[in-house]
Amino acid sequence: MLERLKAMLIKEFIQVLRDPRMRFVVLVIPVFQTIVFGYAVNTDVRHVALAVYDLDNSSQSRELADRFVKSGYFDLYEHVHDEARARELIDRGEVKAILRMNHSFGEKLAGGSLAPVQFILDGTDSNTAGIALNYAARIVAGYGTQLQMESLSRAAGRPIAINGVELSSRAWFNENLESKNFFVPAVITNIVYIITMLLSSMAVVREKEIGTIEQVIVTPIGKGEFILGKTVPFILIGYINVIIISLVAVFWFDVPFRGSLLLLFGSTALFLMSSLGIGLLISTVSRTQQQAMMSAFFVIFPSMLLSGFAFPIDSMPPAVQWITYANPMRFFLVIIRAVFQKGSGFDILWPQLLALLIIGVTILSCAIMRFKKTLA
Amino acid sequence: MKLKRVSAIARKEFLHVLRDWRSLGIGIAIPLVMLFLFGYALTLDVDRVPLIVWDQSQTPASRDFIGGFSASRYFELIGSTDDYRTIERAIDSREAVVALVVPVDFERRVLSGSGVSVQAILDGSDSNVASFALGYAEAVTANYSRKVTVDVSRRKGLPLPRGGLQLEPRVWFNTDMESRNYIFPGLIAIVMMVIAALLTSLTFAREWEGGTMEQLIATPVTRGELMLGKLIPYYVIGLLDLVLAVLVGEFVFHIPLRGDIGLIFAASLLFLVGALGLGMLISIVTKSQFLASQIALVATMLPAFLLSGFIFPIDNMPYPIRMVTHIVTARYFVFLLRSIYLKGLGVGELAGEALLLAAFAVFVLALGYYKFRKRIE
Repeated sequence: MLERLKAMLIKEFIQVLRDPRMRFVVLVIPVFQTIVFGYAVNTDVRHVALAVYDLDNSSQSRELADRFVKSGYFDLYEHVHDEARARELIDRGEVKAILRMNHSFGEKLAGGSLAPVQFILDGTDSNTAGIALNYAARIVAGYGTQLQMESLSRAAGRPIAINGVELSSRAWFNENLESKNFFVPAVITNIVYIITMLLSSMAVVREKEIGTIEQVIVTPIGKGEFILGKTVPFILIGYINVIIISLVAVFWFDVPFRGSLLLLFGSTALFLMSSLGIGLLISTVSRTQQQAMMSAFFVIFPSMLLSGFAFPIDSMPPAVQWITYANPMRFFLVIIRAVFQKGSGFDILWPQLLALLIIGVTILSCAIMRFKKTLA
Repeated sequence: MKLKRVSAIARKEFLHVLRDWRSLGIGIAIPLVMLFLFGYALTLDVDRVPLIVWDQSQTPASRDFIGGFSASRYFELIGSTDDYRTIERAIDSREAVVALVVPVDFERRVLSGSGVSVQAILDGSDSNVASFALGYAEAVTANYSRKVTVDVSRRKGLPLPRGGLQLEPRVWFNTDMESRNYIFPGLIAIVMMVIAALLTSLTFAREWEGGTMEQLIATPVTRGELMLGKLIPYYVIGLLDLVLAVLVGEFVFHIPLRGDIGLIFAASLLFLVGALGLGMLISIVTKSQFLASQIALVATMLPAFLLSGFIFPIDNMPYPIRMVTHIVTARYFVFLLRSIYLKGLGVGELAGEALLLAAFAVFVLALGYYKFRKRIE
C-alpha cells in the first residue's frame, strides 16, 4: 500500500511541478504577493495633500497653516489664491483637503471673538477623510487653547497656565501603529487558502476532464490512496508558502515574530484540513476545470471579505457576524496575528484552534464521503 | 475578416457558456454576492471599540471623565478593573482594545488646574482600529479638558477664556462620509475584472488542453476572427454584470449618481475590452488552465483589488509601488467611476483617463494577436 501511495505521490509531484512556469507560480509568486500586499495594504493615513487658502495672511493664520504642515500628517501641495483653483484641485483629486482662513481671521482673534477656520475635505474616501478631520481638529484645538491662554495672561497681566486633562497613550505590541505588522502576516491565510483550495480542486477535475481518471481507476490504487496522493503535494506547498511568507515578513518587512513556531505550523495543519477539504468537495461537484475554478472563487471571495483581514468583524451587522463563525479563515487569521505580534500561546488561542479543528474535521469528512461516492 | 465566421465562433462560444450553466451562474452570482457584502456588511469605519477602565481615583470627577467615554457611540465600556493583570488579559484575548488608567490624584489635579495625564493603553496589533480608537479617545479627552479649563478659571475668578478657534469642517462630494458611497463605484471595476479573469483566462487554454484547438486550426477561421468571436460572449456577460451593478447601486443602496450615466457605460465598455483582452492574452500564452488560473489571479484580480485605490489609498503607498499602479488599468477606471458617481465630472475632465483605457485595450489585443499562433507545436 505504501508502495502504491509512493508511486501516486511521485506522479502528482511531477504533474504539479513539471512545468517550470508552475514552479514559478508556486514558489516565486507568493513572495511577490506578500511584497505587494505588504506595501499596498496600508491604512495608515499620513501625508494628506493639503492646499492652503489664506485670505488673511496674518501672523496667526500663517502660524496655523504652519502647524498643519509641521504635524507630519499634512503635506502642503500649494497656496491657492482663488476659489476656482481650490475647486479644481479637489475635483482633480490632487489635494484631499483645503484649509481656508477668511479676511477677518486675525482681526477676530485680536478682538477676542471666535475665529472660524474652514476645513474643506474631499469626502469620497470616507476613511481617509475621517482620519484627516480628526488630525485637523487636534491641531486647531491645540493652537486655539494656546491663543486663549495667551489672551488670558494678557488680560490678567501675569502668565496664567490652566492645564486640563491629557492622554498619554501607549500602544502594546505595535508601538507606532504600523499597519504592515497587522497585514503582512495575515497574507499567509489568504495565499495558503487560495493556492491550496484552487490547486487541489483543479488537480482532481483535470483528470476527469482529460480522461486520465479512468486510467487511475483501473490501477490497484485505492480511494484513500488517491485522496492522499491528491492532497499531500498541496499540504507540502501550503507549508512551503507559510515558510516563505513568514521569512519575507520577518526579514523584509521587519515584522516581529514573538510566538512559537510549533503553534504556527500546528494551526496551519488544522487550517489545511478546511482548505483542502473544500477543494476536494468542489472537485466532486465539478466536471470541468473552469467549473472548479469558478466554484473555488465563489467560496474564496466571501471567505476573504468576511475573515476580518481588512474589514473589522465588529463593524459588521450581527447576522453577518454569525456567518463568520463558520469561516475557517477568521480563526486562522486571529491565530496568525496573535502568534506574530502578541506571542500568545495555547492558553489564549485554544478556542480558535478548537474551532479550526471542528470546522476542518467536518468539511474533510464530508469531502471524503462524497469523494468515495463519485469515484465509485 | 468575415462577419459570418466571427458570428459562427461567437455562437459556438455562447453555446459553451450557456451549456455550462453553473459557470455562468457563478459568473453572475459572484458579483452579486460582492455587491451585497460591500453594500451591507463591509466597512472600514470603526465604532463600539471595547474599553476597559481602571479608575484609581474613584471620585465624582473621574466618573464624570469616564462617563464621557461610555456616552460616546465610539466606545463600549466592557468593564472595570483594579489591576494591570486583568488589563493584560483583556487585551491579549481581544476582549478590550483600549484600557484607560485614571490616576489616584485625578480629581485634585483637575480641580487645581495643574494638569493631569490619563494613561491609555491600546492594542496596537490592529493598527487601523487602534488609530481610530486613539483619535476618538483624544477627542473625548479634549472635550472634557476644555470644560475643566473653563470651570477652573471661573472658580479662580479669572476672566473666562475668550476667543480661540473654531473648526468648520465642510465635506464635499460624500457629505455623510459614508464608506459605502466610496467603495461602491470602485466595486464595479472589481466585478468586471473578476469576470474577465475568471471567464476569459480559460477560453483558449481549454481548447489547447482538450485538443479542440486542432479542429479550429483546420478550419479557415483566421486569428482575428477567432479572438473576436471568443470575446463577444464574455463581453455580453460583462455588460450584464455592469447593468446589474448599476441597478443595485441605484435602487438598493441609493448611491448618489451625480454625473452622466452614459459616461459610466462608455467608460465601462472601454475598460471591459482591455480586461477581457488581458484574460485572453493570459490564456493564449499559458495554454494550460491550471497555470492560467494562477496567472490570472496574480495579474488581474490582485492588482485590481490592491493597487487600484479601490480600498487602499494609492497616496499611502511607497514610491515604487505607486509607479507600479500606473500600469494597473483598474486604477484609472476606479478613478473614472468615482469622479462620475460622486463628483459628477464630465468628458472634459476625464478624457485623459479614458484615452489610457483605450490605449491599453488596443495594446493587449494586439499583443494577444501577435502571440497567438494557429499552428501545432
